[in-house]
Amino acid sequence: MKQESLMKRITGFRLFLPILCLLLVLLVNLIQTPTFFKITVQNGVFYGFIIDIINRSSGLVIMALGMTLVVASSGGTDISVGAVSAVAGAVCVVALGTGEAYQMPYALSLLLALIVGALCGIVNGFLVAYMRVQPMVATLILFTAGRGIAQLITGSFILYVKPEHFSYLGAFLPGVPIPTPCFVALFLILLTWMLLRFTTLGMYIQSVGINRRASRLVGLNSKLIIFLTYVFCSICASVAGLISVSRTSSIDANNVGLYTELDAILAVAIGGNSLGGGKFSLAGSVIGAITIQALTTTLYAMHVAADQLPLYKAMVVIIIVSLQSPVVKKWFSGLKSKTSYSEPAKEAN
Amino acid sequence: MTMKRILALLMAVMMLTALTACGNATGPAPSSQAPVASSQAPDANDPAPAAPAGDDLIYVGFVQVGAESDWRMANTKSMQETFTEANGYKFEMVDAQQQTQKQITAIRDFIQKDVDYIVLAPNTEAGWDTVLGEAKDAGIPVIIVDRMIQTNDDSLFTAWVGSNFLQEGYDAVEALATALKNKGIDPTEGEINIVTLQGTMGSSAQIGRTDGFAEKMKEYPNWKMLDKQSGDFTQEKGQEVMEAFLKSYPDIDVVIAENDNMAFGAINAIKAAGKTCGPNGDITIVSFDAVKAAFESMIAGDMDVSVECNPLHGPRVEGIIKALEAGQSVDKIAYVEEGTFYAKDAAEIMPTRAY
Repeated sequence: MKQESLMKRITGFRLFLPILCLLLVLLVNLIQTPTFFKITVQNGVFYGFIIDIINRSSGLVIMALGMTLVVASSGGTDISVGAVSAVAGAVCVVALGTGEAYQMPYALSLLLALIVGALCGIVNGFLVAYMRVQPMVATLILFTAGRGIAQLITGSFILYVKPEHFSYLGAFLPGVPIPTPCFVALFLILLTWMLLRFTTLGMYIQSVGINRRASRLVGLNSKLIIFLTYVFCSICASVAGLISVSRTSSIDANNVGLYTELDAILAVAIGGNSLGGGKFSLAGSVIGAITIQALTTTLYAMHVAADQLPLYKAMVVIIIVSLQSPVVKKWFSGLKSKTSYSEPAKEAN
Repeated sequence: MTMKRILALLMAVMMLTALTACGNATGPAPSSQAPVASSQAPDANDPAPAAPAGDDLIYVGFVQVGAESDWRMANTKSMQETFTEANGYKFEMVDAQQQTQKQITAIRDFIQKDVDYIVLAPNTEAGWDTVLGEAKDAGIPVIIVDRMIQTNDDSLFTAWVGSNFLQEGYDAVEALATALKNKGIDPTEGEINIVTLQGTMGSSAQIGRTDGFAEKMKEYPNWKMLDKQSGDFTQEKGQEVMEAFLKSYPDIDVVIAENDNMAFGAINAIKAAGKTCGPNGDITIVSFDAVKAAFESMIAGDMDVSVECNPLHGPRVEGIIKALEAGQSVDKIAYVEEGTFYAKDAAEIMPTRAY
């Protein structure tokens, strides 16, 4: 009886399916590449495929945080995140200059990049919340114009930053064996979680997402809440862009964050969140983002040829998404109810 | 109602800013290029007096892809410096900002203006039949540069000038053998383990370089291709793939990167793993394109060798135009000459490079 209720508790757990998907992806490695889980210390830092996954997924995790809130509050997606990350990266690199020394303090350039990123979010948020433009159309503007703006900032060149410590944000801090992006992602996850957990903001976002008008009638400023989620999303995208340019010590405005908007939306979906808005789970999106990167790294580790890579990726994504579809979920709950019928003691529930 | 009006106004303002933004994008770019040796245009020695009268100028319309890379900028500059008024040309260029539609419009515009020659650097391979048919009907010869077009009708263009990517692949094998010799390693002995960072799958540069290398590599039976994976021609992706390679294969001797940017990413990954690369390191880096940053990397001792992808198409196109003017027939396919540059010569050669 105890076991039954434990089983039900596990399968009934909101994050059960996202975690299951991640484990399934990782499980393939256990069979195919036994060395996948090996973590060694090399060159004074942790080294292994698992570290790669956590490191490489950090940017996507950060983007997924913002995307989750946007989806929850407005029931739409922000497709400009990739372009916004390129803009932020361009601002940071151009502010620092390509000389042997920085043109301005490093922290100031980061702040500048985040401010420009926030400005992009303000444009998006204003259009969606106050002008009532459909989210995809509103963010389409920066999706197309953003990369042009980034090109304009860099003068259409790939620029390189010379000082060594520029790469710390995207690689390792001296003496720290864990990649810096992990700390940044962790910090932002905690910050967002606390913000939602210890203020009423989380509840407000859900409530606006479920019914904008009703929320307004009970006294919530729906517009402001939607507006803020878009600004937050763009700031998250900017942070991801900064990590990306630091990782390569260069800005390639054409390629920074290219197609990441799709991955960010996918992460939210894989995390078990409804793209229709309303209830959301940050943890789900984080797991979703890690799953996407785990899949990429797994395919590399399995030596899948480059021309077949997209096919395998698509197949796995289809499986993951259909696993979480309402039909399959219903089937799962059908299984559960069957087991509970056989256990008369449960009907007290 | 007012809402809609405000929205319309906002849209208009945005479009306007976008337009001005585009205008600026192309403006300052060429000026930031380093000065180029005039040796590329052999006829430029005696400019002013030799200039023919205005009516005799050969009118050349050039449709460029955009200004997306250093390579492209050098390509543009080569054209601009070849087709000067002093050399007897009236030159007009359209920067299509990487939009095929703009290129098609530009070609129609050139047909309207009745130019003597159209030089086209196509953005995409497919979709040119209609507009090039119009140029053919108007009797204007079209010379394609850089990327090739896909068409069933060869008569739509007069000639093509560009890089022989297959040859670049062959050259890379020689480059690697020489780079190994420079390190004191006999390329014919012992197992040499190679990994390749491929470009965007299906691009002509990727296909030519991969196939060329694979074909010529057979001359060295002791070379072993451990793995190939695409890094999409970008540094970040190249770095990610290299990280995975390093974990899968502990004994990599050589990295072939199908462009310089991926090589930079690979070098970052190798260093992060505590391994060494370059002429004095354990892992040999062979790259393609030989852009300026590659020379900097070679001078810094990170990269071993880079096989050139020459953007200086101007003189070659001029040669074709001169031949056509003289009534001679021209070869349908004209490859530009391309070299191979080693780390030991990098410091010496770099100042003479145009891009």
